[in-house]
Amino acid sequence: MGILEVKGVHKRFGGLQALGNVNLSVKENTVHAIIGPNGAGKSTLLNCLVGKLIPDSGSVMFDGQSVLGRKPHEINQMGISRVFQTPEIFTDLTVIENVMIPCFAKRDGAFRLHGIESVQDEKGIIEQAEQMLADVNMLDKRNMHAGSMSRGDKRRLEMAMCLVQEPKLLLLDEPTAGMARADTNNTIDLLKEIKEKRDITMAIIEHDMHVVFSLAERITVLAQGTPLVEETPENIKGHPKVREAYLGEAQV
Amino acid sequence: MDAIILQLFNGLEKGSAYALIALGLTLIFGTLGVVNFAHGALFMIGAFCAVTLSRIFQISFLTEDPTQTDFLGNPLQVETPYVEKWFGADAGAWMIDYSVPLSILLTIPVMLLVGYVMERGLIKHFYKRPHADQILVTFGLAIVLQEVVRYFYGANPIQTTSPSDYSGTVNIGAMFGMQIFYPVWRLVYFFFSAIVIGGVFAFLQFTTFGMVVRAGMADRETVGLLGIDIDKRFTLMFGIAASVAGLAGVMYAPILSPNYHMGMDFLVLSFVVVVVGGMGSLPGAVAAGFLLGILQSFASLNEVKAIIPGIDQIIIYVVAIVILLTRPRGLLGRRGVMEE
Amino acid sequence: MLGLNAKDSRFMLIVVALTLLTPFILNPFPADSALAQFNAGYPALMQRFAIYGLMAIGFNILFGLTGYLSFGHAAFLGVGSYASVWMFKLLSMNVIPALIAATLVSGVFALAIGYVSLRRSGIYFSILTLAFAEMCYRLAYSVLTPITNGETGLQITLSDPRILDGAPTSSSLPTPGFFGLKMNAAHTIDIAGWSFTFSVGYYFCAVIALIGFYLSLRIFRSPFGMMLRAVKSNQQRMNYTGLNSRPYTLAAFVISGMYAGLAGGLLAAMDPLAGAERMQWTASGEVVLMTIVGGVGTLMGPVLGAGFIKYCENIFSKINESVLHSWFSFLPDGVEDVVTWIFARFVGEGWHLTLGVMFMLIVTFLPGGLVEGGKRLAARRKKKSDADAAKHPAE
Repeated sequence: MGILEVKGVHKRFGGLQALGNVNLSVKENTVHAIIGPNGAGKSTLLNCLVGKLIPDSGSVMFDGQSVLGRKPHEINQMGISRVFQTPEIFTDLTVIENVMIPCFAKRDGAFRLHGIESVQDEKGIIEQAEQMLADVNMLDKRNMHAGSMSRGDKRRLEMAMCLVQEPKLLLLDEPTAGMARADTNNTIDLLKEIKEKRDITMAIIEHDMHVVFSLAERITVLAQGTPLVEETPENIKGHPKVREAYLGEAQV
Repeated sequence: MDAIILQLFNGLEKGSAYALIALGLTLIFGTLGVVNFAHGALFMIGAFCAVTLSRIFQISFLTEDPTQTDFLGNPLQVETPYVEKWFGADAGAWMIDYSVPLSILLTIPVMLLVGYVMERGLIKHFYKRPHADQILVTFGLAIVLQEVVRYFYGANPIQTTSPSDYSGTVNIGAMFGMQIFYPVWRLVYFFFSAIVIGGVFAFLQFTTFGMVVRAGMADRETVGLLGIDIDKRFTLMFGIAASVAGLAGVMYAPILSPNYHMGMDFLVLSFVVVVVGGMGSLPGAVAAGFLLGILQSFASLNEVKAIIPGIDQIIIYVVAIVILLTRPRGLLGRRGVMEE
Repeated sequence: MLGLNAKDSRFMLIVVALTLLTPFILNPFPADSALAQFNAGYPALMQRFAIYGLMAIGFNILFGLTGYLSFGHAAFLGVGSYASVWMFKLLSMNVIPALIAATLVSGVFALAIGYVSLRRSGIYFSILTLAFAEMCYRLAYSVLTPITNGETGLQITLSDPRILDGAPTSSSLPTPGFFGLKMNAAHTIDIAGWSFTFSVGYYFCAVIALIGFYLSLRIFRSPFGMMLRAVKSNQQRMNYTGLNSRPYTLAAFVISGMYAGLAGGLLAAMDPLAGAERMQWTASGEVVLMTIVGGVGTLMGPVLGAGFIKYCENIFSKINESVLHSWFSFLPDGVEDVVTWIFARFVGEGWHLTLGVMFMLIVTFLPGGLVEGGKRLAARRKKKSDADAAKHPAE
């Protein structure tokens, strides 16, 4: 039984079938990659997991509870954090504030009217955020304006914002999309480091085979809205079905 | 029954004005992505074009009429408008009588010019700024325009008459076998606006220019990539939108005596119309204009007011709130227009 | 001090000092000098500085922090005025119940309007608030006449019950007061040609405005304030971080609505009269302008903006052509007439023209308002002095 169980999920947009009978099981403390050619339904699936889309039928269970019909913030409170394709951070705030906000969300829940206390008195939260920044080697950028950083640093900050919540499941939506090779390798290293330091389950949607094979322990191949196979990386490489559907266009 | 028919016509006339203003607003929204709070002021300027022309036509010189004498026995001084001197008494009198429809000829160039200056001088710099800034700067412009008009024309409404041939009433109930009298000019206004609306749609539908503009409304970037200088066309589009507002105003002058703040009064309503119709949807703006005009007229029936007091004052806003909450994109709005 | 750090405490003390010394600061010219018309230290005007300053402070919590541009805040101002005049009529001429009622009633209105309007964002939100405010305005003029007294405006009369005050003792209308202190009481001190007026009304408004300022300072520095800035910055990230942005924005909306209602209550406390024209959407536009002129999202900006606009309104409306003629009399005759004519368009009745032009200039060239302008000047000066220091090293 995995921490995330997707069963028989269907989703249509008008006449177009985006997802047809998707079954997926992500085991705890593994890195699970979901790959597939463009238009295979990867993003649609991800959006169904985080509450942005609601499947037409099927079930999505996380940690024994259904996520269907819940809003994104409720799903996050259940323990799923998400990293976006282009880093989504609070560009008008400082780096430390960016990390403090998820700390508050974790401690105080989805809403709390703490309008009179001073942020500076929240020693515990500040410490926690600084610790996290130190973990991702960003403590020197503590008081920088988040929007003025490089893309690589924004990605790093976004990861920090997700990790500081200690999520049970971290969803990564093409974390290296549009990155130069060096940045991609840095991201891979960062993710490996995270994986070594803490027990965490990750689901990665990725296009870049290099990233997938460096990180993933299980791989699900999606084609035309349906999972073809779910296997270990070694077995995926030579799998005839996968080759046919997908790897024809990529170098492995 | 006759009250209902009367209100239906009232609604059509009101709706025509809303639809014309909303059409221009939507054109500017859809093409330039600019929220124009000065659009009501353009409507007002149109109305004052009618006032101006009728004043120009009435500029007179004094002559002594030897055939008539005043009570002291001196020859009577009579004022003769220059137009009667230049074009003959009959033609001159006709021109004065028809000054409102003739003002259309003045309004179009004036509004094109105003629109051009506005777009090049101000709006252009706000394409990339947040909507809040656009709202604020055009709000400031609207204040300036209305204050300028107030300086030249004073604060009081200026009565403007329709041509005498159209100033009476007509029995619109005849075809239903009833006696319902309705001002002729309001019918004229309705047909006029139908022609303008039809003209704008035909222009967008059947000319290359219109095609480019429509494509630009759908996807500005792609059109830009095709190497078409979309900006230049959008400038003209702004002029056209301004003209539509001006035309709406000029012909409305006999219905509502122009005053300097009429623009602000109509602006809020027109915005509501645009939102109900759906931001960026031209047919939506027209449909919502007529719909809200008619609803507003029906709400002012005494029978309706007896059930819900005050409903005539707020019906438009109530409808707008309900529509926005149930159909966020408005009646005919497309996805992704003016949303974050 | 009071939960503020050293820097904010100093800031707060400066604001308090400036506010309390306003009757001096705004009266820099002797009463009989030619420049006395630029004095602004008389009660009615200073009260408006404090009241509109308070309203702008509240508006800034919504617009400055969350970025939601409401075009309907004048409605709350109007509601607050009506509520407090009703308290004067029914309960007592004491301003305390009136102000409490003004704040609470406008808070309830803000809750209802905000609940609906905040389902949309951006331009849709602006238009929804505009529609609601316009609805309130129309209703106040029409069916709600029994409550609002329509075009005449709601006033106090001798025959009002005022159950806490007992039977009227004189035949003139009572004035609002804070327990024994009458709001219209004032004391004038003359010092060597200068004339300073200290009015109870101003100091009362000033104290309330200071409390409002202090609360807004606390909100700015609080986690709640940080969340509001997060709403403005990236709502998507906020939702995916497990935070529900809706109650945050709603709370900000209600708080700013209550500030506006309190300001409306103060207006009524200074002059127990409430009219619907206070609710017109152009009045909402003016509050937006004050906030922008001063500096959106800055603490001090809205207050400065409110003061600046109200001061200009007062001064510009007072100047007339003969004053202008006397100013420009040093110019040659023909030139003088032209210059006077041009300036005359912007003063007196033309004040609104000035307002519109100011609106456009500030939004176009100085979106950060006066506060940003000040910062730019300071930065330029610093740069210059740095450059000077670099030119003359080791002096």
